[in-house]
Amino acid sequence: MTTGPAYARPAARWDVVRRVLARFGISGRALVIAAPAAWLGVFFLLPLAVVFGISLAEKQFGRPPYSDLLTTEEGTVQLTLHLSNYIRVLSDPANIYINAFLSSIRIAAVSTVFAILIGYPMAYAIARAPEKWRNILLMLVILPFWTSFLLRVYALSGFLRGEGVINNFIGLFGIPPLTMMQTDFAVYVGIIYSYLPFFILPLYTNLVKLDPALLEASADLGARPVTTFFSVTLPLSMPGVVAGAMLVFIPAIGEFVIPSLLGGPGTQMIGRILWDEFFSKTNWPRAAALAITMLIVVVIPIMLMQRAQNAVVEGRR
Amino acid sequence: MAKKPQTAADTRPWRDPAAKPFVRIRNVTKKFGDIAAVDNLSLDIFKGELFCLLGGSGSGKSTLLRMLAGFEVPTSGTIEIDGQDMSAVPPYHRPVNMMFQSYALFPHMNVWNNIAYGLKREGLPKPEIAARVDELLKLVKLEPYALRKPHQLSGGQRQRVALARALAKRPKLLLLDEPLGALDKKLREETQFELVKIQETLGVTFIVVTHDQEEAMSLATRIGVMNQGEIAMIGEPTDIYEFPNSRFVAGFIGSVNMFEGVVTEDEPDHVRIRSTEVGGDIYVGHGVDCAPDQVLWFAIRPEKIQLSREKPEGTANIAHGMVEDIGYLGDMSVYQVILDSGKRIRVTQTNIVRGNPDAIKWDEPVWCQWGDTSGSVLTN
Amino acid sequence: MGKNRWFLPLTSFLGFAFLYAPILSLVIFSFNANRLVTVWSGFSTQSYVDLWNDPQLLPSALLSLQIGAIAASIALVLGTLCAVALVRFRRFRGKTVLQATVSAPLVMPDVITGLALLLLFVAMESIIGWPQGRGILTIIIAHATFCTAYVTVVVQSRLSDFDYSLEEAAMDLGASPVRVFFDITLPIIAPALVSGWLLAFTLSLDDLVIASFVSGPGSSTLPMIIFSKVRLGVSPEVNALATIIIGAVALGVIVFTITQMRRPRAKA
Repeated sequence: MTTGPAYARPAARWDVVRRVLARFGISGRALVIAAPAAWLGVFFLLPLAVVFGISLAEKQFGRPPYSDLLTTEEGTVQLTLHLSNYIRVLSDPANIYINAFLSSIRIAAVSTVFAILIGYPMAYAIARAPEKWRNILLMLVILPFWTSFLLRVYALSGFLRGEGVINNFIGLFGIPPLTMMQTDFAVYVGIIYSYLPFFILPLYTNLVKLDPALLEASADLGARPVTTFFSVTLPLSMPGVVAGAMLVFIPAIGEFVIPSLLGGPGTQMIGRILWDEFFSKTNWPRAAALAITMLIVVVIPIMLMQRAQNAVVEGRR
Repeated sequence: MAKKPQTAADTRPWRDPAAKPFVRIRNVTKKFGDIAAVDNLSLDIFKGELFCLLGGSGSGKSTLLRMLAGFEVPTSGTIEIDGQDMSAVPPYHRPVNMMFQSYALFPHMNVWNNIAYGLKREGLPKPEIAARVDELLKLVKLEPYALRKPHQLSGGQRQRVALARALAKRPKLLLLDEPLGALDKKLREETQFELVKIQETLGVTFIVVTHDQEEAMSLATRIGVMNQGEIAMIGEPTDIYEFPNSRFVAGFIGSVNMFEGVVTEDEPDHVRIRSTEVGGDIYVGHGVDCAPDQVLWFAIRPEKIQLSREKPEGTANIAHGMVEDIGYLGDMSVYQVILDSGKRIRVTQTNIVRGNPDAIKWDEPVWCQWGDTSGSVLTN
Repeated sequence: MGKNRWFLPLTSFLGFAFLYAPILSLVIFSFNANRLVTVWSGFSTQSYVDLWNDPQLLPSALLSLQIGAIAASIALVLGTLCAVALVRFRRFRGKTVLQATVSAPLVMPDVITGLALLLLFVAMESIIGWPQGRGILTIIIAHATFCTAYVTVVVQSRLSDFDYSLEEAAMDLGASPVRVFFDITLPIIAPALVSGWLLAFTLSLDDLVIASFVSGPGSSTLPMIIFSKVRLGVSPEVNALATIIIGAVALGVIVFTITQMRRPRAKA
């Protein structure tokens, strides 16, 4: 058997198409990038620019209910930018907006802390469980995630309300009903409840990759299990903790559903305020200004998260 | 009976200055950032050779192989295969096929489809594809496993599928990346023999990348020893082993004893070197391109030194020492001798006499002796 | 182990109980004869009858399913292309921008995304006349946009674990890059694509805030209807619906996990 016939040529038809496109500087690679980039550019980046633009307008009656930024009148083009919305957000006499931001951050932070305290042992237990059980336990964690977020919050409300399950239960012992609904407490519980799987999963992924030999080495060198946990496991799991915590903290700041269904009039969260500005007060520009401010507030934790992720990738801890 | 086709091993085209090389690598450099993995390398490989690129990790051998396959583009320099410049040719248009170190068998296809994949890309008619796949299955002795998926095969079987798949398109050039690395010793020896046989039967030019010198020595028609992106030496296995051109090559292949010395006599027909490590003179029975009083090295292989209890005749090429350690390997014994000068050398002797009662033992003083042309003089 | 023997199992059990208790109570009380739903007074399937007869819940459920399927499919294509670009293409202009744009929806609060998209649609309508009014189309576009981010994450994660030498081997055997993608890459990462689609589908089905912003008259999604019903109080039909959804999801997840555990480990 000697070396065979001349090497086969590729299909001719695509060659023609490829050559024509190449004339215009379009390669296959460019198309792969262009399709999603174009979509995201138009439907994600452009909207953010529009929000910024409208935040500089003023509420007025009509369709659409905001003033024009660019007006032409007798041959002159005028650009009118109103800073009134931002000024109002920052220096409202009752400080509703600033308070709402602060309380949103507070609520999100407290909920995140508790999510860590509850979720860490769960993630650790699943990671340390025997292989067969791990899949089942993971499934049990993921299952609530796949059911509707809204329905779960609704279920929680059924638990916490005046005539709800918990109050019925403690009523059996003669304890008077607790007011849990429409309080900050209910919102904490709601956020922890809804976001717990988001914390557990990244942490689990991190813990499960932990080399058991490290723990054995620590024990071999004389450390008790508690010491091993605090000096080996915990530091190494920090990237997972940070990743999971960010997945709870950042979205929680802008939450709307949970404060609406579980919180009271005193529970001011910025997501709900934005909704009211838009739907109840039809003040689109004000809502837009709030959105931009929220973005800025949220961007800082996002950058922290990116830095933590990059640190993991580069091998530092 | 048909005459066995002449292989490159028989015809040795590299010795013929008029022969046209099949693969021409000219001044190829590959840089990753500031680091040159391959540095201004030039190499000619002839048709029908089983050429081995031998080197440690970081020597650049894998990078060179990948450039031949088309997976890396040289930063500068040209590669020609069968007279064709490969600069603008992507891997799927080259007359080259590669056998990957990890075998890279497609896990979602069975053995038959893995082997047939390349033929389908060529657009061959179905009956012809079937005929070729069957031919290859027979060649690598995997007929009963045709419908199995890769995860149902052993390591050795997967290796054979990878080989069959790479040969299916009858490439002009076959590249093999550490083909025997994942196999255990016994399987490796059997497969080495089979690889050479297949190569000779098919007449395909093989380029094998390996870090295992034994493998290179037993497989190759010629070896290219690589070090830090450059070729240290090219030659037939005998040349590499017996006539290394540098201390690196001498030390890289097999074991070697290296003596440092100063030239005292430099004549066209002999050279005398005084070495304190030897504790005497080294007499080399041929001329060496050097200057008087030059410092150079004398490399001699362990099997070229003889041990005796009595002082040998002559004043040069002898050294006195004591046996420090003996390693008994069955077919031969390895003696670690510490010379009077303090230098440790390695001497091997075949155990010709069965259960020799007179064998040299530990802590015995011995004389070492070697011939005038037993070692190499190295200037770098 | 890091703790005393009882600590981990106990906290885990409490954690799981916390996760599941409200859901279980939903299910149980969907069979409650008492309309107040939280005091048990006998077994009854009246809630399910009410659900069947409700003029809004089931039609909106159907609409949500349709929107979800279409949006998830669009997101799958866009997300896969994105993932391929981010993992396989070593360097190109705007790569960091693309990576950031694709990751942003993962953490951005829904209200911002919803508001932004609505304002865009309104502005587009007044400038170029499309899209005309808000409705199913705008919801689909909005969902496809934010779901793309999730699909990209899933596919990106799978692709970066992918044994690249398989693609090289295919190229070596004569397959062009497009061929390699369809013959080798796609079949092997198929499970990740399925996961991605299911994730996008679930997120679309579940979305309240964004849909509220970008929907129009006659295009109320299921979450929107549920929200309007439950913010007024307890709603038995919703309990019934929730039980059905939970049952379906549980079945799906159980089946999926069992098939995952059964499959032999033949991975690339």
